[in-house]
Amino acid sequence: MTDKRFTGTDRYVATQDLMTAVNAAVTLGRPILIKGEPGTGKTQLAEEIARGLDRPLLQWHVKSTTKAQQGLYEYDAVARLRDSQLGDERVHDIANYIVKGPLWEAFEQDVQPVLLIDEIDKADIEFPNDLLRELDRMEFYVYETHQTIVAKNRPIIVITSNNEKELPDAFLRRCFFHYIRFPDAETMREIVDVHYPNLKKELLDEALHAFFDLREVPGLKKKPSTSELLDWLKLLLAEDVSPEVLAGDDRRKSLPPLHGALLKNEQDVHLFERLIFLNQREGR
Amino acid sequence: MLIRFFFMLREGGLKVSLTEFLTLLEVLHSRIAGYSVDEFYYLSRACLVKDESLYDRFDRVFSEHFKGVQDLFGDETAEIPEDWLRRHFERLMSEEEKALVESLGGWEELMETLRKRLEEQEKRHEGGNKWIGTGGTSPFGAHGYNPEGIRMGQDGSRHRRAVKVWDKREFRNLDDTVELGTRNLKVALRRLRRFAREGAADELDLPDTIESTARNAGLLDIKMVPERHNAVKVLLFLDAGGSMDDHVRVCEELFSAARGEFKHLEYFYFHNCVYEGVWKDNLRRHSERTPLMDVLHKYSSDYKLILVGDATMSPYEIHYPGGSVEHWNEEAGAAWMKRLLDTYPKAIWLNPEPVNRWEYTPSIRMMSELMAERMYPLTVSGLEEGMRSLR
Repeated sequence: MTDKRFTGTDRYVATQDLMTAVNAAVTLGRPILIKGEPGTGKTQLAEEIARGLDRPLLQWHVKSTTKAQQGLYEYDAVARLRDSQLGDERVHDIANYIVKGPLWEAFEQDVQPVLLIDEIDKADIEFPNDLLRELDRMEFYVYETHQTIVAKNRPIIVITSNNEKELPDAFLRRCFFHYIRFPDAETMREIVDVHYPNLKKELLDEALHAFFDLREVPGLKKKPSTSELLDWLKLLLAEDVSPEVLAGDDRRKSLPPLHGALLKNEQDVHLFERLIFLNQREGR
Repeated sequence: MLIRFFFMLREGGLKVSLTEFLTLLEVLHSRIAGYSVDEFYYLSRACLVKDESLYDRFDRVFSEHFKGVQDLFGDETAEIPEDWLRRHFERLMSEEEKALVESLGGWEELMETLRKRLEEQEKRHEGGNKWIGTGGTSPFGAHGYNPEGIRMGQDGSRHRRAVKVWDKREFRNLDDTVELGTRNLKVALRRLRRFAREGAADELDLPDTIESTARNAGLLDIKMVPERHNAVKVLLFLDAGGSMDDHVRVCEELFSAARGEFKHLEYFYFHNCVYEGVWKDNLRRHSERTPLMDVLHKYSSDYKLILVGDATMSPYEIHYPGGSVEHWNEEAGAAWMKRLLDTYPKAIWLNPEPVNRWEYTPSIRMMSELMAERMYPLTVSGLEEGMRSLR
């Protein structure tokens, strides 16, 4: 179907295991389910696959009220009723009132598209079950117009989940699965390189040090993630903080500069301050 | 060769289905993977394992089947994450206890002892590499050391050693063998659903609109209805503390499932048995109590009452005034239980203790009698049964 392979892009560093999983999903035209800590680039992955393989990207952001049917199509009965009142000619064809959903749009593309179903765990617990046939056979039936919509090209479907709800087995069986691990220091350096190529080496070293130290702090409610690190680096650059400030002993004894970008929870900041206090006492 | 791998995975406790296995073969057939073992490992993992908490189990089977290199539990002890240990103390210890620890030789020493103990324990039970029981006479036992409730944090970057990926078993800390997931609980709680339309009419009632419009000779007549939602009201009483420590996890799951499922959910905590006061916040249980009488008057009798507790206590705590372990109670727990049950005829008690232990604990029998035998085990089937009796 495709001889192109996804190998990451100039903006996105993909690890070997992620690439393997994505390429398997692309080749077989099956959905891939991505899980991982918040901020590890799950949603971005779909955008980058689209960019890397040069495919159109369609997005379906799922909310707690989203119904599976909305991904296929909706019948806008109210509009039809209104048109009938106004004597509009369109009213005679029901097809005029079928509003296509993202899945339908994806099925109609001439090139194999990338469809992102974002945060599937936000929806109702039965939501994934309602999409089984659609994702499996890549077709569905429109009752109003009695037609069956079949995908011209099986789209590359990327599904992300934050693990707020468990997904049903029947659904999982139809997907490839990949869990994005939190990157280790080496991968992290690559990621930062991709985003801020001109970052001074020492500053980066110190910042990464401070960052991983912070992640090691026991009991943090929300550990800072990659996207937070990138934000923080941006701030450090903007403020022109020197590496010396980040380095040295005082890292253990004071909050890192601009910590607001990394710690997003007042309990965490509080915990961190307490630990610093303990450290200071020990140091004396 | 792969057929054997497939069956080994199933024996290893991974519910790999035939379709998933066929998918793997299809992927292999399509030659997208190179011929390296690493790539095969990633591929088969993406095809066959759908939950990161099972990655570790997969790694073990993979390593066994493909005869990795080292034995499985080679450097187990080296990788007990220190922050995990420390976090326990952070969570579980009060200031005095911390002081006590200092007197025992400080953190470092204590960690050392604990680590040794973990090591010993690992040698004794194979596979029991995560569970540390309460340590009996050890200094750890005193703190109700209970690892079940905690999910270990992602371990920091390990130095890249010359070990195969699957032998590193990096996902070890995600493995949890909880049978009762939130999903199961939610599905069970759903049995209690009662949909009703109440409140402001803000949704278009399509069938009614169409009918009224037709009756109106084609002139549009829009009908609105209130949104449909779950109208069941639930009053949840949770036993907190003491012997319930062993059941923290399952209770947390029940609580989060209930919160997601019921719009009208009120919860209170009690200790062992319900007395004149209950509380909403375990940290301020002594300062902010709600008199039970207020609860009885505030929430109408159409609330369904769910009590969660192990009912494991001294019989005095139920039948005698002053029997409570925490305070002086003027009236016996049984009297308060009776008032509660009189107000809320629809009531059940969920007990996380295994059923086979019930008959050996007198207080469980007594409580069950008080509940008119409406005591159910806190398992999926028990919950379903309970929900049926609540309807």
